[in-house]
This record gives sequence, structure tokens and C-alpha cells, in this order.
Amino acid sequence: MLVTKYVITSSESNILPSDIAMKIYGSKYDVVVKETCFGVVINGEEDVINALVKEIRALDPAGIFIKDRGFPPGDPRRCRGRRGGGARPGFYMIESESKILPMISRALAWEGDIPAVPEKKRPLPIGRLEEIIKEDLS
Amino acid sequence: MAKVIVYPPTSMILSDLVERMGHKALVVPEAVRNLVTANNIQSPPLNVTPEGPKKGLRYAAVDVPSGVRGRMSLIGPIIEESEAAIIVEDPGWLTGCSGCSRTNELVRLLIRTKGVPVLDLSYPANDAEAKVFVQKIKAFLGGLK
Repeated sequence: MLVTKYVITSSESNILPSDIAMKIYGSKYDVVVKETCFGVVINGEEDVINALVKEIRALDPAGIFIKDRGFPPGDPRRCRGRRGGGARPGFYMIESESKILPMISRALAWEGDIPAVPEKKRPLPIGRLEEIIKEDLS
Repeated sequence: MAKVIVYPPTSMILSDLVERMGHKALVVPEAVRNLVTANNIQSPPLNVTPEGPKKGLRYAAVDVPSGVRGRMSLIGPIIEESEAAIIVEDPGWLTGCSGCSRTNELVRLLIRTKGVPVLDLSYPANDAEAKVFVQKIKAFLGGLK
């Protein structure tokens, strides 16, 4: 079965989308590759893509992220060139998550102790609120 | 290898971390792929047929908007298949197929009522939180068979 995956680089990674594209062009794998501003889109048989993804990830294990995609690259149903411009619907999620990719990359590469982080304040649980009300009314 | 559903179901970071740890991430793009790349597309261009909302009836009542039922026809089978879940609350940027708040409430409810192990997190805002975020996911996934 043909599958499509995004290969997305962290903005702090030394690997550029063009580096990944060149590696794929120079590899033995028979896949379709499309270079984008945030990474590359690859399309091919599932086994081939899985093997290729492992090799690509080895370029920068903490800085390269992989995501599944439903539509093949350049599909006229999603390609903005055919739809009259504008980002395709799934781009906004990638754009938003890309902003925290550098933090995730640094966390993945971190080998020291995990710092203690104070828990965020959460709303009062309903059970506790009921107890407080009962205490006050009794 | 466990099948782990992630919420938001289109999250790149969560699905990548799950795959890194040797598990299978259950995500919406896979369901979309099966739909739009089928050999016999019955309803071009996106192959959305009346069968979709009918499948969604399994998860939501008939008076629920068809958009919710249509989304559930993709996400519902993934939830049924899942053996564990990672939920990131309040991402603040849910768009596209994840952009329906009612569907998202239903998805979170179905995941929780299924009884599979669930890890609740929120997206990190700084480096220290990111380290805890990654460490918690690693520990959770490491404990799955």
C-alpha cells in the first residue's frame, strides 16, 4: 500500500529540507519526494517508506519529526496550486506545533536530570466544591 | 507494540514520540488515507458518502450534527482499536478535521470510558516543561506492552 509521510525539521536543526531531499535522491529507494519550506513529503510503498524514515531520522534523531499524511504529495484535492492559493487545511496544525519543536528537540536530546516543575493550577474539583458547600451550610 | 491513540488526533509531536518508542500511533491521517486513496472512489473528490454519517451513528445520536457523525466515522474506529491513549488538553490550535469542539468532547469521553491507560498532559511552555513532557511520555509508553 502506498503511504505518505511528512518529514519535518525543527527550526534549530542543522539539517535542512534540501539535505533530506538530496539524501533521498541519492538513496536506493523508489519514492516520490516533494520539498517544502518545513521539510519534505515522501510517498511510496509502506515497507520502503518505513526503512527510509529510519535512515532520515538518523541524520538528526532529536531534530527530525515524522507525521502521517492522508493525501499523496501534489494531490489536486489538496495542492494549493490547483485550489487557487492559501495554505492547505492541515498546515495550520503543523505550523502551530512547529513553534514548540525546538523545545521538544532539546528535551529529547537532554540526558541530565529532569527538573521539578510546579504543577499548574487546575480548577477546583467538583467533589471538593461540594464538600466546601456542605461544610459551610452545616 | 501497543496501539496508542493520540489527542489531538492530528498531532505531529505526539504521533512522532509514540512511533519513536516503538509503538503504533493511531492517527486521523491514516483513516483519511484509506478513504481518499481507495481504488473505487464512489463519491469524488473526497470519497465522503452517506455511509460516513451512518457509521457515525454508532457513536452519536441521529440529532447530532452530521459533521460530528462524519468525523466520528473516521475517529470512532480508531478509538475502538486503541490500547492506550495520550491526551493533551487545551491545545488551543485545533483546526481542520480536529476543529470541531463537540467532536473533541465526544472523542475524549469515549477514550476515557473505554478503560484503556490514559496519559493526560498539556503542551509545554518552556524548556523545563518540555523535558517533563517528553519524560512522562517516555515513561508511559515504556510501561506499555
